[in-house]
Amino acid sequence: MIGEKIQQANKEAVRRLLNAQPTIVGMGIAGKDIPGMTKNTVLHAGPPITWDKMSGPLRGAVIGGLIYEGLASNEEEAIALVESGEITFDSCHHHNAVGPMAGVTTYSMPVWIIQNKTYGNFAYCTLNEGLGKVLRYGAYSEEVIIKLKWMETVLAPVLKATLELSGEIDLKPMIAQVLQMGDEGHNRNTAGTSLLIRELASYLVQTDFSTDDKVDVLKFMHSNDHFFLNITMPSAKCSLDPLEDIRYSTIVYTMARNGTEFGIRVAGLGNRWFTAPAEIVDGLYFPGYSLEDANPDIGDSVITETSGIGGFAMASAIPIVQFVGGTPQDAINYSKTMYEITEAENNTYKIPVLDFRGTATGIDIRKVVETSILPIINTGIAHKEPGIGQIGAGLVRPPMKCFEDALEAFVNRLEKEGNL
Amino acid sequence: MTKTKINELFDKELKIINIGLETFYRDLKNQEHPVIHVDWRPTAGGNKKMESFLSKLQ
Repeated sequence: MIGEKIQQANKEAVRRLLNAQPTIVGMGIAGKDIPGMTKNTVLHAGPPITWDKMSGPLRGAVIGGLIYEGLASNEEEAIALVESGEITFDSCHHHNAVGPMAGVTTYSMPVWIIQNKTYGNFAYCTLNEGLGKVLRYGAYSEEVIIKLKWMETVLAPVLKATLELSGEIDLKPMIAQVLQMGDEGHNRNTAGTSLLIRELASYLVQTDFSTDDKVDVLKFMHSNDHFFLNITMPSAKCSLDPLEDIRYSTIVYTMARNGTEFGIRVAGLGNRWFTAPAEIVDGLYFPGYSLEDANPDIGDSVITETSGIGGFAMASAIPIVQFVGGTPQDAINYSKTMYEITEAENNTYKIPVLDFRGTATGIDIRKVVETSILPIINTGIAHKEPGIGQIGAGLVRPPMKCFEDALEAFVNRLEKEGNL
Repeated sequence: MTKTKINELFDKELKIINIGLETFYRDLKNQEHPVIHVDWRPTAGGNKKMESFLSKLQ
């Protein structure tokens, strides 16, 4: 019976996800390490999108990326270059990569190299720039480009040398630990960033760089609570990629947003995207901003929820309600509700306040459609105009249409194959 | 149930379980009646097309 085949396939999908062994193996350069990059390639968050449909923050980040690469010297030149057709846009996900917010990744950018040691596959992610005027929120002024150049010429080389001394870092116990310390790995990364600094500091001071450079690198990491986000994201990505193409599986292995559309991919349906217009985030706004200023949901960081952390582990991160809104009981309820739409409980990532119950893991499109319960996502809110940055944080859900369309495609495929 | 039995029921302390719309639960709660809410929704939110897809996959 088909129900039994689906059950077996979903068990296999969850087995692969839970067996993943994400590990930091080094610091690389996008153009050299990410497959399929060229000097004119611009990767972005979410499902594939064309320039004419990109939202403000994504357009701004593309302009900034082209200026950073020296392919354009100002906004006008960057737009002219894009409109000439010489730039190749593609989804980070098509290149084993993920990027927060706009997710723009270009040839010279340094990237974390994370490997899933169980299956051998890699995932890549740029380094987190911190808050304020940053490329991932669509800013491209001179200060943004100067910081990106510093990250390329100082931050990344120092971290690369540090990792050569420290050796590989097993991320699974580290992420399990941060959930015990008040993080959920998406919108709260204070503990993770601190643990990473603790892991690296004694090696970092042994590198041959100047004291000023070492101090600047440590200060930079210390000043940015989200530094660890760009590690939890590729960790989740390389844990989920082995689920692609598990015949008969209804488990979601990708959720991502490009600022215009939300997209999901399902293990039993290969690399096909199911998209719908992205929602506006319901949250708390920084002073001077409101819902009217918000861009629709954007970024690949929802890969954390797909893997069973982020919003799914919100009960681990009670303090986050002061940032995204709601009460501690709401945070607990969100995590509990996610068990209704998932296949398993995580065997490593556990929630203390739920008596160390494993986080809800492995979203099943059938359960989402059946219960009308959509995955809960903790996220940042970008201003709809490029260059302004983060204006708040809150909670959002994917559009139901993504799951309904995927379910329909799943049934149609089985019928075509004579399996129903 | 006869009318008399209904009257008997309302003479006792009511034990109320609310299923579906949460407003009814909140109203009773505001009036300080003990009440339990069951968060119930029809399969696929009542979408017949989706219900039929789900049943095909069983």
